[in-house]
Amino acid sequence: MKPKKLSFALQLIFSLCVCGFLIIPVVMSALAGLTVNYFVGLESGLTLRWIVEVWHAYGDTISRSIGISLACLVVTLVLGVPAAYVLARRSNRITRAFEELLMLPIAVPGLATALALVSVYGSVGEFRGSWTFILVGHVLFTLPFMVRAVLAVMLTLNLKTLEEGAASLGASHWQRFAHVVLPNCRHGIVAGALMVLTLSIGEFNLTWLLHTPYTKTLPVGLADAYASMRLEVGSAYTLIFFVIIVPLLVATQALAKPRTRKFIDKAPATPGLALVKS
Amino acid sequence: MTTSSYQAISIELRHCAKTFPDGTRVLHDLDLEIYPGETLVLLGPSGCGKTTTLRLIAGLETPDTGGQVLFNGQDVTALDIAKRNVGMVFQSYALFPNMTVAENVGYGLRIQKLPADQQKQRVGEMLEMMRLTKLANRHIDQLSGGQRQRVALARAIATRPRVLLLDEPLTALDAQLRDSLRVEINLLLRQLGITAVYVTHDQSEAMALGDRIVVMAEGRISQIGTPRQIYHQPKNDFVADFIGTMNRVQGNISLRRFTCPAGSLAVQADDKEQAELMFRPEDVRVSTELHDDGLQGNVSASFYLGDRTRLLVDIGQERHIVVESAARCELQPGQRVVMNLGNQAALVA
Amino acid sequence: MAYVEVLTNAHYLESMMATLLVAVATTVATLVISGISGVFLQRNDFPGRSLLTSLLTLPLAFPGVVVGFMIIMLAGRQGLVGQITEALGAGKLVFAYSMFGLFLGYLYFSIPRTIVTIMAAAEKMDPRLEEAARSLGAGNWRVVRDVIIPALKPALISSGAICFATAVSAFGTAFTLATRINVMPMVIYTEFTLSANMAMAAALSFFLGAVTWLVLAVARSAGGGTVAAAG
Repeated sequence: MKPKKLSFALQLIFSLCVCGFLIIPVVMSALAGLTVNYFVGLESGLTLRWIVEVWHAYGDTISRSIGISLACLVVTLVLGVPAAYVLARRSNRITRAFEELLMLPIAVPGLATALALVSVYGSVGEFRGSWTFILVGHVLFTLPFMVRAVLAVMLTLNLKTLEEGAASLGASHWQRFAHVVLPNCRHGIVAGALMVLTLSIGEFNLTWLLHTPYTKTLPVGLADAYASMRLEVGSAYTLIFFVIIVPLLVATQALAKPRTRKFIDKAPATPGLALVKS
Repeated sequence: MTTSSYQAISIELRHCAKTFPDGTRVLHDLDLEIYPGETLVLLGPSGCGKTTTLRLIAGLETPDTGGQVLFNGQDVTALDIAKRNVGMVFQSYALFPNMTVAENVGYGLRIQKLPADQQKQRVGEMLEMMRLTKLANRHIDQLSGGQRQRVALARAIATRPRVLLLDEPLTALDAQLRDSLRVEINLLLRQLGITAVYVTHDQSEAMALGDRIVVMAEGRISQIGTPRQIYHQPKNDFVADFIGTMNRVQGNISLRRFTCPAGSLAVQADDKEQAELMFRPEDVRVSTELHDDGLQGNVSASFYLGDRTRLLVDIGQERHIVVESAARCELQPGQRVVMNLGNQAALVA
Repeated sequence: MAYVEVLTNAHYLESMMATLLVAVATTVATLVISGISGVFLQRNDFPGRSLLTSLLTLPLAFPGVVVGFMIIMLAGRQGLVGQITEALGAGKLVFAYSMFGLFLGYLYFSIPRTIVTIMAAAEKMDPRLEEAARSLGAGNWRVVRDVIIPALKPALISSGAICFATAVSAFGTAFTLATRINVMPMVIYTEFTLSANMAMAAALSFFLGAVTWLVLAVARSAGGGTVAAAG
């Protein structure tokens, strides 16, 4: 038994070290954002001063990011859910080609998408300078994730038979969609929504190239703060970011846990956030 | 739930053919008449077109141009299934996972916009009829196969449809469950008096449930008839062999006797040079008295099946003769026997 | 022709090589680390396991800039590592702004992603294969080599491909840790913003995208179609 226990201990320590590597800086930066003077350390006391300063200097980026991500969510829901439905119901060459296209945002660097957008719309002054320009970039990037999350769930249902069942009871196309299709995709829609929100709030690569001084988002502000502000301010800003994003991540994790839905034979393969670019 | 509330209708299919987009001809010009209140069974091997026929009646498929579907003489060909007021039970039940049993059963009534209290009452009646009252608030994934089947039935008849269509409803269940549910469905259909079309590939199911059976093969009707007619008077080889087992012996007939190398016996048929004698295993009388009239052969195998014994007798031709004998039959492989058909009318081809 | 120049200019080729090297190093290191931790977490139950798992997957959606900042927290001028080494008398060790820092940054965002996939694959592993190997006398290392790794192969390939693809095009991290780092995304960025050389930037991005897509395509055929659906 000894070698087993040793092996267990070693692996545990290894995992704890990896965990430490990931989490310690998070804790550190959270603390730094609340400490009066980082060099001095905790002895200098805790304060909310930095957070207030961040709010004054970058408050608009926070609300803009939240606003864009919510708008992005609405757009991806309106576009993505019906798209997933069409892909799920009709399986033919065209839809399969389309599904391949859905792979693109993962392969195409955010930079390239940004460049494409700028080169096409760069001269359309008003659009270029508005937050909707960034929204378009975000939607392009997040839409495939919404579609795939919903599609994954839809494919595990026997949509055709369920709809025929509803039709045999007199339901019109809209009624079938609203009463039978949508409720059974709840899981996928929520997973997709969380993903879209998280991706949009944290999106940097694309947004950095698309933004103007008047359309800065939170991550853009963070880059700015890291470069030009003192450590405590950057840390406080990061702390605010964490406060917004960690609940979303926790919710995504909670959702991803295997649920006891026995009538679905295979677990829906909701693509995780493992596809996010950095 | 009174049976008189159902006004049974007739169904007619005229010149219904079906070709799929990829070119396969699933149904060839089909004419079929279904009488009010009867249970018609569509029977055949997979790919014969029976499910397609059912779906044409349902309105889930449209026949090729020129085909017509009529309910009580009214042309419904152009109507979508949602407008035909049919009740359908699918092979995989198609129960809605996001709704409870009660909600599933009441779905059709909700679409019909029946007043809430009436909905509740009707759902209650249905649940009671199918013995599901205790499961009213369960979700579908908490039910067994047999329970789901009953929910599917309850849901289909809750809306008082004009026609009940069942697509291999028992195929997904295990044998014992299938037997007991078969009886239940039979009783239900009789009680409702509704016109029903039932698709199956299981011949014993067809025989047990059908007022008439339509045997189909390769998109065409092979024979329509009552179970007895199909079994005892098959019109062609396909039907003869598809339902039960049919023994065949080659020989000739003259002066009301059939003669072949294995022996001869009396038949009610005219003279024929090259005749094929066909008879069912259960119509054979076996005896060990070798001087008796009949065909002689050796028992090559004996299968004790509990309620009966099946014998395989070798009479010198390629196929063995299959004999269904009494359970307590003592015949052993190797014994020589004589087989006769007694007074049963054998078929001659 | 911008495309020709992409292939011939030494500066670009250098940064492409650097990018690929870092990406490969990241992928290998990540797979090893995530492999060990992921399998361990999946197969052992102990108090605090789910907490540990959650913590390990938490940084999943941190944008590159934040990851860069985390590395700075660890190994920057006021970083933890520097403070420790200083306290130990070895002078302040600062490596956040070097290629090694970038590598660490890439590790930082790759580990959470791959761990999820590997844990999912480990869950589906049949323990009986391992038992069979042990009953035939295989020691721990052989079991890992001959049973566990082959069983995880599809997951390793698919998550490795994604890891590689993400590392190749990672921008935010490099941006935050900038100064001495010469990787492709940074080059593209400079061409675009400082040199206003759209054509070059576009050409470089195209090549980057092509390389990435190629890697993913190869991995998909090798891994059997579940690449980007890493869950």
